[in-house]
Amino acid sequence: MIVVGVLSCVAALTALACLAVSANQKRQANTLIYGASAAICGVGLACALAALYSGAASTVILPLGLPWLGMHFRVDALAAAFLCVVNVGGVAASVFALGYGRHEAAPQRVLPFFPAFLAAMNLVVIADDAFTFLLSWELMSLMSWALVISHDRTAENMRAGLIYIVMASFGTLALLLAFGILAGPDGLYAFSSMRAHGLNSNYTMIVMLLTLIGAGSKAGIFPLHTWLPLAHPAAPSHASALMSGVMTKVAVYAFIRIVFDLLGPIDWRLAMIVIGVGAVTALMGVLYALMQHDLKRLLAYHTVENIGIIFVGLGLALAFRANGLAAAAALAATAALFHVFNHSLFKSLLFFGAGAVQTATGERDMDHLGGLIHTMPRTAIAFLVGAAAISALPPLNGFASEWLTFQAVFLSSTFPQWGLRLLAPAAGALLALSAALAAACFVKAFGISFLGRARSNAAQNAKETDKASLTAMLGLAAACGFAGIFPGLFTNLLAPATQFLTTSRMPVQAMAAPWTPLLPVAASHNSYSGFVIATCLVIATALTASVVRAFANNATRRSAAWDCGYPEASPTTQYTAGSFAQPIRRVFATIAFRAREQVTMPAPTDTGAAQFLLTLRDPAWDFLYTPIGRSVDFLADHFNRFQFLTIRRYLGLVFLTLVFLLTVLVLWA
Amino acid sequence: MGITGTLALQAVQAILAVALAPLLTGLVRKMKARLLCRLGASIFQPYRDIFRLLRKEVVLAPNASWLFSGVPYFVCAATWVAAMLVPTFTFDVRLAPAADLIAIVGLLASARFALALAGLDVGTSFGGIGASREMMIASVAEPAMLMLIFSLALVAGTTRLPDIAAFVQSPALGLHISLMLAFVGLVMIAVAENGRIPIDNPATHLELTMVHEAMVLEYSGRHLALIELASSMKLLLYVSLVSAVFLPWGIASDGASAAQYGVGTLLYLAKLFVAANLLGFFEVTVAKMRVFRVPQFIGAALMLGLLAALLRIVSESL
Repeated sequence: MIVVGVLSCVAALTALACLAVSANQKRQANTLIYGASAAICGVGLACALAALYSGAASTVILPLGLPWLGMHFRVDALAAAFLCVVNVGGVAASVFALGYGRHEAAPQRVLPFFPAFLAAMNLVVIADDAFTFLLSWELMSLMSWALVISHDRTAENMRAGLIYIVMASFGTLALLLAFGILAGPDGLYAFSSMRAHGLNSNYTMIVMLLTLIGAGSKAGIFPLHTWLPLAHPAAPSHASALMSGVMTKVAVYAFIRIVFDLLGPIDWRLAMIVIGVGAVTALMGVLYALMQHDLKRLLAYHTVENIGIIFVGLGLALAFRANGLAAAAALAATAALFHVFNHSLFKSLLFFGAGAVQTATGERDMDHLGGLIHTMPRTAIAFLVGAAAISALPPLNGFASEWLTFQAVFLSSTFPQWGLRLLAPAAGALLALSAALAAACFVKAFGISFLGRARSNAAQNAKETDKASLTAMLGLAAACGFAGIFPGLFTNLLAPATQFLTTSRMPVQAMAAPWTPLLPVAASHNSYSGFVIATCLVIATALTASVVRAFANNATRRSAAWDCGYPEASPTTQYTAGSFAQPIRRVFATIAFRAREQVTMPAPTDTGAAQFLLTLRDPAWDFLYTPIGRSVDFLADHFNRFQFLTIRRYLGLVFLTLVFLLTVLVLWA
Repeated sequence: MGITGTLALQAVQAILAVALAPLLTGLVRKMKARLLCRLGASIFQPYRDIFRLLRKEVVLAPNASWLFSGVPYFVCAATWVAAMLVPTFTFDVRLAPAADLIAIVGLLASARFALALAGLDVGTSFGGIGASREMMIASVAEPAMLMLIFSLALVAGTTRLPDIAAFVQSPALGLHISLMLAFVGLVMIAVAENGRIPIDNPATHLELTMVHEAMVLEYSGRHLALIELASSMKLLLYVSLVSAVFLPWGIASDGASAAQYGVGTLLYLAKLFVAANLLGFFEVTVAKMRVFRVPQFIGAALMLGLLAALLRIVSESL
């Protein structure tokens, strides 16, 4: 029974969390806790892979929770695919933390919550009734919240924690309402009974929108993403990696579980909403990211972008499925799921890199870094691979999944509806735009932090990070390469999950020879082979290098940089994060963020400094949160007088409410 | 034709890409010089330049890392692989199943990513200006390219380059407004991506508006030779791409006779010659635009791509 295996892992992680509470003052606690969680997640991964290969669902009901309900757990193909993501992330983060966690100033604030967080994410994925699901979901939110505020000395982190907990509660409320409608008046909380009875189309729409809000706020869709760039960087880096790389994927899982599985058939108009939201999220995420100079915040905003790409894939899958185009739906779903997996790999890797940099230099601000490729060469290599993978460059894995997404967009001409036919190419254009901007953003992230000359003493004197952290980073980098070179292996592995979601699957990718190209749909002429591209690149590079070595002058001399003859200037004259993004800011952010530059020059004879002022407005705050906050304040002020009434008036209010509700009930019938 | 035959053809196309690329650059320069009433250097000058650079030693800045010295090899290799995937004189591209048009764009993006990083590596402001502008231009040009690919895929039903070209070559092809719009858009992108006037001036070295040349300013010797070769190959790639997709006449199909291959090669050379002349003519007739006008120029290409896709969608459903 695979589900029992996963539950045992959850139990072991919970026990580990309890142990951590008591043992966190011991010197070996760090190694013990993280070593054990790596091992347990490894077992969880093995269970998940076994479930994916066997393809059979396994269920169990525990006599816990609500007395008439019990706790239902189930591992089917979809859950197994996400269990893989959770546990791969768990293993990597635990191994990284073996080294990274030793630098923690207050380990007792991190150690107990880390295994509990992993346990909660595993539980969400295997939950099979609404009660268990919401309980695990809240547990996941609370444990990650505890990790966010683990460094509670800075006001910034506390603010991040506050906003996170508010948004998380709001998201759970939306999910609670969605499950309430799904359960219906009879209170059928088990997922199996929700599946069995359908909903009418109005309720379907409400549930889908509520799920989009509830799961989407956790995943970080625009404009519900605002907590994410605050909370993810505030946590310690291995927890940031889990939150950004894995927890957002658990939210995507929640969306898929409810919308694809529990909700039954979806109208194509609703799919259009998902595609539109996804495309806008992708573009806005990357534009936000480009404006950042805090390395971890940049990465957090990039999670928003990638969630957008995933949602475009999911929306296309919904649209294809609504039209009975099963093969295309399978392609889109595979693209989304593969991107889920890929993003968990490279986003974890990049957060680890940022964490290693932060440990070595104490800096997250890119404008104080630079030249780290000399002092931290191995971290630089791992970060470079992650940056290239997230920028969707062949032959790495980010390209493979974006290629599949584009292939799904190209099939949009088969849609019978006009709206979808026009929307899909527009979404494709936005995806292409965000992919290109992502490349620019990661040239900036890697180039400003790791290349050039050191901009501070901290960066100058940085030391390479420890072996455990390096193992985790290089392992993930190798995984990014492997998944990019052999994407067929992964799409085959995801086939049971897409079969479950769309009643079809991508064509079986023959893996007899490694150079067999990836085929998106059976009848397609399009194909891509990461292996051949990688081999050609290696051969061509080797050939070029050997020809140059044989025939060219191989002498190399070190001398001052040419720089058009300008004298050697101080490292502060180098391009910074802000100046690198300036052209893109002028092209895109003038509209998106109302970016304004103001230069104040001193008078001609004045030797004072000139001033440069850049203002950016955040549309999500300006148009959504600030008005909401204001109206809450306003209402709170005006309802305040209800606090000081006499008992007679309170009873009168109760009576009036009762009359009102009874009237509503009578009219409703 | 057996597997050795197709592999040999692929090898010929790969060698052709390297061998002809500097010639194309030389032709463009010659044409520009003649139009400006100068004699101009020989069309073989780019070859001489590359060999001269190969004979010179490399001067590295003190803090140049391994990335700086490694990037030219990678850029040259990635551009070369991309260039050999574009049909030149035959559709029989052995590697075509491994990489469709999106993958070719991806390979070029990889090369650009690496080069932009190299621009930042030495830590001079010229490298930074080049890298940041190059990425800004790419961020508009790449979606435009993707939209053009999308409209081509809508017309031809595939993103694999030889199949698109074969579709255009087939006599069944009617009049497609979409294809014409895509043609104009692709030419605009080709001009932008290769840093030609009016986007960038490949002949300047000390001008604040320069993009590509600023990025590679610190390169010297064999590294610079490889980068020059790579940018010539990129120009050749785009010329081959435009001619393969929109003017595929004469390109030999699978299993053609030796004579057909000969005709294909001759026609390909003729197309290169015409393209070089047109590009040279275009470059001397327009002025370079301000760098912040560039997004508008490429934005027009993006709109052409969207319009082409839209028209195709509309015409399909009528």
